[in-house]
Amino acid sequence: MNKLLDQIRENVTQTQVWKSIFRHGFPNNDANRALVMFSNVILHLHPVRVRRGALKIKFTWCLGGLTFFFFVMLAITGVFLMFYYVPDTRRAYNDIKDLGTVIYFGGLFRNLHRWSAHAMVFSVWMHMTRVFLTGSYKPPREFNWVVGVILLVVTLVMSWTGYLLPWDQLALWAVTVGSKMAEATPLVGNAGPFGPELGMTVNNDVRFVLLGGTVVGQSALLRFYVLHCLGLPLVMALFMAVHFWRIRKDGFSGPL
Amino acid sequence: MAEKETTLGTLPKRDGNSGGLAALIKKTAAEKMGPEDHVLVWPNLVYLELISMLVITAGLLFLSIISPAPLEELASSDTTPNPTKAPWYFLGLQELLVYFDPWLAGVVLPSLIIVGLVLLPYIDPNPRGKGYYTFSERKFAVLGFSFGLALWYILIVIGVWFRGLDWSWYWPWDNWHAHKPITGGLVDLEVILEKTLGLTQTPLVTLGRYAVTVANLLTWVFFLGYYAVGFGIPFLFMRKFYNSLGFVRYNLMMFLFLSMLGVPLKIFLRLLASIKYVLVTPWFKI
Ligand code: HEM
Repeated sequence: MNKLLDQIRENVTQTQVWKSIFRHGFPNNDANRALVMFSNVILHLHPVRVRRGALKIKFTWCLGGLTFFFFVMLAITGVFLMFYYVPDTRRAYNDIKDLGTVIYFGGLFRNLHRWSAHAMVFSVWMHMTRVFLTGSYKPPREFNWVVGVILLVVTLVMSWTGYLLPWDQLALWAVTVGSKMAEATPLVGNAGPFGPELGMTVNNDVRFVLLGGTVVGQSALLRFYVLHCLGLPLVMALFMAVHFWRIRKDGFSGPL
Repeated sequence: MAEKETTLGTLPKRDGNSGGLAALIKKTAAEKMGPEDHVLVWPNLVYLELISMLVITAGLLFLSIISPAPLEELASSDTTPNPTKAPWYFLGLQELLVYFDPWLAGVVLPSLIIVGLVLLPYIDPNPRGKGYYTFSERKFAVLGFSFGLALWYILIVIGVWFRGLDWSWYWPWDNWHAHKPITGGLVDLEVILEKTLGLTQTPLVTLGRYAVTVANLLTWVFFLGYYAVGFGIPFLFMRKFYNSLGFVRYNLMMFLFLSMLGVPLKIFLRLLASIKYVLVTPWFKI
């Protein structure tokens, strides 16, 4: 019996197709375990070996990793939501309602998306706090801290743009509050210091650019949708790539 | 399987792999350690990560099932909810709107937070406390940062749990459906000075729309004086501190630090002395 299994495995793993995909044997010895890490694009975010301390949770609290995990979770659940959601003020609200009532697992995916978003905002703050408290922003990691601040801001803006999409009262008014602040920006807002002096009015200032109009309406919904589902995730992915690359180059600051 | 039992020692050296480039790169601390301090990432770390992902996914599923995402009435510009609240992570900023005009609360202060965070690694020259938790070796940095964080979170907690109708203060045991009496009676610092010191209201000079009175000039003195004294004290009496930072770092750091302290200061002025604005011009009010 065992012989037969060995024979089958041999036949599968020695084929040209298999070997073209996996460049290493089964990771049951150290050499192959190392080769897995080298040759798999996702796993090679890791080094091949880490210090024993890396397995201790109490230094990083896994917070950066968790933040990334929440991001992946949001991307996956978000794709499903996009199948059903149309950013049209006449439809959007009902599309979200349908998710909870007529679409199989639609509600579950929406809830997962919402909870992961809360969790990501929370964990990115906690991650920053950890990095501060361990002094991990000190040379040579200053710039990676700056990249981190950009990630923090993009995370918040992504959450905020997503908040408008259900097009319910909560969404509309939360974004209205936010856009009131944009209007008050010094120099470039129509209600901000020196704004009127520089010729800012409701239909040429920074709030107008943000909303694509003078009220939170169809253009604003479309803008927020595109930023939320396409623009900002791309920016995020780009800066995450830099962030992770730098961590691998500089190594961990701690006992890792 | 005809696999030879191999160990790490038989792997190609990094240098060879990279055509010698690897030799040019400074070795990290991890690479300088011997093999006995290390474990392989597969399986040790990869499995740990897999397990955490499963646990967190289970947690998210659990939360999603017991507490669904809210969906209120269809958006309508005819009915304004009372109160209108931003998402929780922005409620700190919204709470600041009680004490500051929107250009400060919504634009300048958040921008200063971001600028401050970006500059942080460049204005903290202390080489100690890198890579481990410590308070005693970097007291000022940890205290300053914790102060800012605490401020941020306290404002969020107030915004989420203590603000009800008309953005008035509600205790958890209050009736959240009854309006609170509107409390007015806020005055500008300028007016208080005018009254208590009996100053004249005729302007000294008029710059366009700006009529500068004596009381108004005094408020400028107060405002700029706050920064001047704040910059001055460490400069004059804590030379070691100043010298450790140098001119540029010192000024950046002190400006950010004093602006951060100014936020609770203004809040106290409002709560204790009913002061609305400390500084009034036709273009902006602080
Ligand atoms: C989307 C947001 C972010 C993601 C996905 C992320 C991810 C990570 C990961 C996976 C690590 C490895 C260590 C760990 O798990 O703690 C890390 C380290 C680090 N992060 Fe982030 N991060 C994010 C935001 C930030 C922010 C907001 C900051 C700071 C302002 C920051 C600064 C750093 C620094 C300096 C390190 C190196 C820490 C060390 O060497 O000990 N990151 N990040």
